[in-house]
Amino acid sequence: MLGYLIRRLLWIIPVLVTITLVTFVMMKATPGGPFDVSSSGRELPKDVQEMLMRRYHLDEPDWKQFLIYVGAWPAETGKDGSPVFRGVLQGDLGPSYQYKGRGVTDIIFAPPAKDRPWWESRFGRTATLGVLGFIVGIVIGMPLGILAAVRHNTWLDYVSLFLSTVFVSTPGFVLAVFLMIVFSLWLKWLPVAARSWNVWQPWVLPSFCLGVGLSAFIARLVRATMLEVLRQDYIRTARAKGLASQVVLLRHALRNSMIPVATVLGPALAGLITGSFFIETMFSFPGMGRMFVQAVGQRDYSVILGTTVLYAGLIALANLTVDLVYAWLDPRITYK
Amino acid sequence: MTAAAPVMRVVAMGARTSPPRSLWTDAWLRLRRNRMAVVGIGTVIVVAVIAVLAPLVAPYSMNDQYHEKVYYGPVWDTGDWAFILGTDAVGRDELSRLIWGARISLIVGFVPVMIRLILGGLIGITSGYLGGRVDNILMRIADVFYAIPDILFAIIMSAAFRDTWFGQQMGGLLLLFSSLALFGWEGLARLVRGQVLSLKEKEFVEAARALGATPTRIMWRHIVPNTLAPVIVSLAFGIPSAIIGEAGLSFIGLGVRPPTASWGNMLQDGLSSIYSQPTLIAAPAACIAVILLAFTFLGDGLRDALDPRMKQ
Repeated sequence: MLGYLIRRLLWIIPVLVTITLVTFVMMKATPGGPFDVSSSGRELPKDVQEMLMRRYHLDEPDWKQFLIYVGAWPAETGKDGSPVFRGVLQGDLGPSYQYKGRGVTDIIFAPPAKDRPWWESRFGRTATLGVLGFIVGIVIGMPLGILAAVRHNTWLDYVSLFLSTVFVSTPGFVLAVFLMIVFSLWLKWLPVAARSWNVWQPWVLPSFCLGVGLSAFIARLVRATMLEVLRQDYIRTARAKGLASQVVLLRHALRNSMIPVATVLGPALAGLITGSFFIETMFSFPGMGRMFVQAVGQRDYSVILGTTVLYAGLIALANLTVDLVYAWLDPRITYK
Repeated sequence: MTAAAPVMRVVAMGARTSPPRSLWTDAWLRLRRNRMAVVGIGTVIVVAVIAVLAPLVAPYSMNDQYHEKVYYGPVWDTGDWAFILGTDAVGRDELSRLIWGARISLIVGFVPVMIRLILGGLIGITSGYLGGRVDNILMRIADVFYAIPDILFAIIMSAAFRDTWFGQQMGGLLLLFSSLALFGWEGLARLVRGQVLSLKEKEFVEAARALGATPTRIMWRHIVPNTLAPVIVSLAFGIPSAIIGEAGLSFIGLGVRPPTASWGNMLQDGLSSIYSQPTLIAAPAACIAVILLAFTFLGDGLRDALDPRMKQ
């Protein structure tokens, strides 16, 4: 188990290196340097451009820039002559070319003002939304799947199967359009535009839209595996022993139906993370996903690069967690 | 061989009273019995016909602007049948743009999936058939690609090459195709590889080899046709995911370049007026939802038809 864990952790390294490299190369391939035009739209003087290029090491050869970015090459020499590393490995995701004087790490993790708690940072907001979406996915998906399996071939089964097909095929940001129109415009139950994200109302629709695809996915999967499991001999044995049907369902059937669910949770979590790009844009949510989309729009390549590396790390971590949960759920699996 | 084939068919037909139904006939019959799948196919055909006939069906051209009718309301508000779904921020007819946009959605559904098929198929076949070190290297690469969501890569690639010559070809479609296809082949490659690996050991392949068939012939005559069923199912599910990719990318301002209409960039345009004129965003959203549902029904139907074991 320990050996497996170590190998799994080591596997993250090539994944992250590849992603960082691919993204870095692509950002380098884009036409024009970051300082050709200033933020006010005017062309910067040649010497200012050169100074900026030097400050951000853009005058170095590409391979050296990459190593500096990763943090494997000293960015500068300190006052005492010792090399100073400042890169991804040291938790520095690079400077932003658009937000002058702020680092990408700072933009993502710092709260909007000094006296605000950390969960009001872009990362904190996105993480909160992700957790809420995940809860929506589990809380709606599991009961719906169980119900459909237990009431197999009844109208309940058909309705839940149809609904889950609809929601599995409709991406959250498309669904969001209809929900916004119905709940904010027509019924006026929820605010049209969030003035503050410190109250619960504006969170309802984004979390639902983010999680509903996952819930439909889980419902379909739980239904299918439950149907399979309910036919097994050990369920009949449990029933024959005279156990209450709830006990059989929850302890015998559900536990075993969870295993395939766990296997797909990895990609599902990744979907939750990337789904937030579109959901956050739809709802003008002050999170990391919308910041990424805005950076794409403003061609702020260092922010794009930094956020991508962070996203890749998060997704790798999510996949690892899921693998471990999988091992814990199914004692038959032993990792070598 | 060409002379022998008809003779063999005659013998086979003589042995039975009715010709045996092939997997494909069987699957087609099963598919036709699946009501949802038929609805799905019907919807896709209708949308495809409308898309092809766009110049005839659409009341206006894609980019005609009616400056005196900017943000003109839909027919149920204005009673004016000239602009059934109203006009957008620059006075373009929404319905016409939806009809022209259908072309983009369908093309984007198919082309990247076909490129994925070629890329993933070839890599999967090579990997599965050659095995050994080639297999190992190719599959490690696939693992890396698999670990990262395709849409993240697609966004980065679209952002990076958007302002290059490449990104401006065909209204951004060329870049869109590449970014959706280049990072989506790994699932298919794994699938094909797995199929090839298991088929390679089957008796009929051994029999073909014993008869002196060349490796190429074994590959294309005996192995590849047998991988088709799961590949088709996977492709059927790839189409909606490519359409979502286009919608998402265009929605965040990448993807199809304006003024070319796509349902995705119409979503983006409509977002700013969602509360003043919701039709402008609801209409493309509804179109996306309907076409995705149609393809999902079709995919589910194909899966049940081609792989009866999967059916509950």
